[in-house]
Amino acid sequence: MVALVGFVLILVACLMAPLYAQWAGVDPFKSTLDAVIQLNGQDQPVMEQSTEGLGLGYNPIGPTWQLGNYFLGADNQGRDVMARLLYGGLNSFLIAGSATAMTLVLATLLGLVSGFFGGIIDTVISRVLDIMWAFPIYLLAISLSIVLIAHGLEIGPFTIESGSLWLPIFIIGLVYVPYVARPIRGQVLSLRKSDFVMSAIGLGASSGRILWRDILPNISTTLIVFTPLMLAINILTESALSYLSIGVQPPDASWGTIIEDGQGLLYSRPWVSLAPGFAIVLTVLVLNVFGDGLRDALDPRSKIKLGGS
Amino acid sequence: MIWAILRRLGQMLFVLVGISVMVFAIFFATPGSDPAARIAGRNASPEVLEAVRKSFGFDQPFYMQYLLMMKRIFVTGDLTSFVNRGWKVVPAVIDTIPVTLSLVIGAAILWVVFAVIIGVVAAATRGRWPDKLLMVLGLIGISMPVFWLGSVANLLTQSRLKDTWMFSWVPPLGYVNFTDDPKGWFLALVIPWITLSILYIGLYGRVLRASLIEAMQEDYVRTARAKGLSETRILLKHALRTSLINFVTLFGLDFGALVGGSALLTEVVFNLHGVGKLTYDALLSLDLPIIMTTVLYASFFVVIANALVDVAYIFLDPRVRES
Amino acid sequence: MLQVRDLCVSFRTEQGEALAIDHVSFDVEEGEILGVVGESGSGKTVSLLAVMGLINDPNATITGSIRLRGKELVDMNPAQLRKLRGREMAMIFQDPMTALTPVYSIGEQIAEQITTHNKISKRAALDRAVQLLAEVNFPNPEDAIHRFPHQLSGGMRQRAVIAMALSNNPSLLIADEPTTALDCTVQMQILDLVRRLQRDHKAAVVFITHDMGVISELSDRVMVMYAGRIVERATKTEIFKHPQHPYTQALLETIPPLTGEKPDRLKVIPGSPPSLFKRGTGCAFAPRCKYRFEPCSKIPPLAGAVHKAACFKVHPHG
Repeated sequence: MVALVGFVLILVACLMAPLYAQWAGVDPFKSTLDAVIQLNGQDQPVMEQSTEGLGLGYNPIGPTWQLGNYFLGADNQGRDVMARLLYGGLNSFLIAGSATAMTLVLATLLGLVSGFFGGIIDTVISRVLDIMWAFPIYLLAISLSIVLIAHGLEIGPFTIESGSLWLPIFIIGLVYVPYVARPIRGQVLSLRKSDFVMSAIGLGASSGRILWRDILPNISTTLIVFTPLMLAINILTESALSYLSIGVQPPDASWGTIIEDGQGLLYSRPWVSLAPGFAIVLTVLVLNVFGDGLRDALDPRSKIKLGGS
Repeated sequence: MIWAILRRLGQMLFVLVGISVMVFAIFFATPGSDPAARIAGRNASPEVLEAVRKSFGFDQPFYMQYLLMMKRIFVTGDLTSFVNRGWKVVPAVIDTIPVTLSLVIGAAILWVVFAVIIGVVAAATRGRWPDKLLMVLGLIGISMPVFWLGSVANLLTQSRLKDTWMFSWVPPLGYVNFTDDPKGWFLALVIPWITLSILYIGLYGRVLRASLIEAMQEDYVRTARAKGLSETRILLKHALRTSLINFVTLFGLDFGALVGGSALLTEVVFNLHGVGKLTYDALLSLDLPIIMTTVLYASFFVVIANALVDVAYIFLDPRVRES
Repeated sequence: MLQVRDLCVSFRTEQGEALAIDHVSFDVEEGEILGVVGESGSGKTVSLLAVMGLINDPNATITGSIRLRGKELVDMNPAQLRKLRGREMAMIFQDPMTALTPVYSIGEQIAEQITTHNKISKRAALDRAVQLLAEVNFPNPEDAIHRFPHQLSGGMRQRAVIAMALSNNPSLLIADEPTTALDCTVQMQILDLVRRLQRDHKAAVVFITHDMGVISELSDRVMVMYAGRIVERATKTEIFKHPQHPYTQALLETIPPLTGEKPDRLKVIPGSPPSLFKRGTGCAFAPRCKYRFEPCSKIPPLAGAVHKAACFKVHPHG
């Protein structure tokens, strides 16, 4: 329960991103190399002359630990890291959430159809899912990403632009479908053999009716338990993809991209990379704890595996 | 018995072919662009584009293209990168395998040992503070993005705490060949090993603990107690042995995936030129031939690992041996 | 040989304190077969688990005295208790299908019990296992020790469990409904087996069941339990011919008769056993008893010379 509160807090903090940016008077997306802030009563340029090496080049300032005043310092484009962190969180949540929704919907559909109707439909769907799942997740996501990010996606009437956020959502959502579809299919299979479903079939109920009224409510517990887990996994996956520059594309930001931004500054201004990492750890931790608690409360015998690789 | 093996092999083959088709489809048939441009990489001149088109036969039907590609990878082995001209792809991939293996095997030993210790201790002290502490640590372990953890490790060992006695032995990032300098090889891999294994220790520790606790509720444990066996012996000889079945199954799958290149994030962060890093570099330069080959290799490995796990299952669980 | 005095077992739960065993006292003589009868929840299993020291629940409180050949078992050091368990006293349980560890052969598991309590080599222990399996009528014992539990039928597994329990020649064997999960032909085989082994090993057997038919087949003496208390105790013949406690009588009446008129409905005992949380004062069976009268508001003690019953109707002065 504490975990749920924690999660909500983090979410709300990120939702307030635009407000924070306004209050701090910064634009987290514009390169502001010339910005000057007030620090301890003095003017302080955000990018200061580097004292290392030959004294050439500029270093962004480190954390000021003053809320609203470049709290975590600046990144290499003079932008306020704290503001970017909050915006990035928004994107990370958006992507993870939508991808989770997509995965759950697709996996449920496939699991239901495959488990209930059996036969050749089941074989085909299962084989396709097996093949998809045989790819290590990250490699599949990476493959899809490079192809789609470079050129966008056109399926029939749908077009997704190359830089759109929908691409990572689509990819992450797609890639985890086998992971969820398999247990759902298993559950549907055993439900189908259960007495009450058999009797419904015997009474002549239509398939649609059975699926909707008998089977779906019974797998809803599994779906509910999967939700926080998938959210956690998706946040991790999205950050990995963004870190590799094939997830969220600039000028959008997410926690993964900010970590990547901070790689070059790692030894001099570590907070640029550290902060989003901590944010991810905290969020995922909180989601995992919540997911654990949810599972214990609803379905203590389930064997859903936690985490991803 | 023979039939079962043959059938299994057939399934494997089917999945492998399916994967190769899928990989091919992703790279060549995704709607939206010119496959030749993809192969040649960015900024290719028109002559190069033409050459690519010819050699891959893009004027030919889809299945011909697929067969040609497969031939170049497997039969003639002369698929070359078009970005680093003339660099043969297949040998390049093979060169990187020992690096990945060094990383993954070392991490695997670490994670199995610690996961078992943690799982057993947590199950034995269930509900008391060692259990709670270990589980919290495990949770934190699985909540950290591995690449970020690597960055933090680097920050500490290469920069902030470099000169302290604790980390002064850490060499600069990169891989050292075992045959050149065994000690260097080892030192360079210690931090990567620890980083990679933390996630898995957390995961497997939790899984094992849950399995053990479940096993301890079983009837056969009650029988064992009635026999007068000590709790320790019951936990280690009866519960653990039964829980290992599940543990090894999961391990086989994850290990297979890692060798296939899932360790790419770790390799990138620590600058180890393994299969994963190769894939990543190819990503940045959009070097499709390499990407395709590494992805194929990775998937093949996973499928083989799957099959090996099934075999291991037969050894571990007597109940499966009959069929 | 086994003396239980004033044994009380209670469990702390979320709903309060549950008193599962309420001042139970009984003896088991050398070499006798004591049948323990009662419905689910009567405490028959829990009391014998307490004797074996197998109640692992940290929320359990056990008071009273249990003496095995003079040694006090309650509050005994767990390591010492473990030395007795599986050697002096052994217990077998209801479901043979899950009673054995699936990943070890039955030979290994029997040998494990032997080597835990005796300093002999594994080889020697396995030989002994072969002998034991032969005793319980395994057709091919040298082969059988290499078999895994899943390769055996329920009846065979139960035999293996019995062989294992007897491997160290215990003076006391407790059998908790060992035949309930088996079908009746196998049931008879197992009962015959137990009877024969008991004679050969000269062990005392406590046989827990809810089936009066099994009791009549096997026991020397019978103890009837209800709601955690003993309500009647007598020799088998006495219990069946002259049941004194109303509960025992009602139990016997529920057995469908093989001869005589066919009843319209099967007889049941109306009502249900009391909750272990809210024990009223007085006789636990009173709410369901057709002979209930004023004195029943106090707990009737177990009274009588050889044939004991806890009932004010039978023993008005307690």
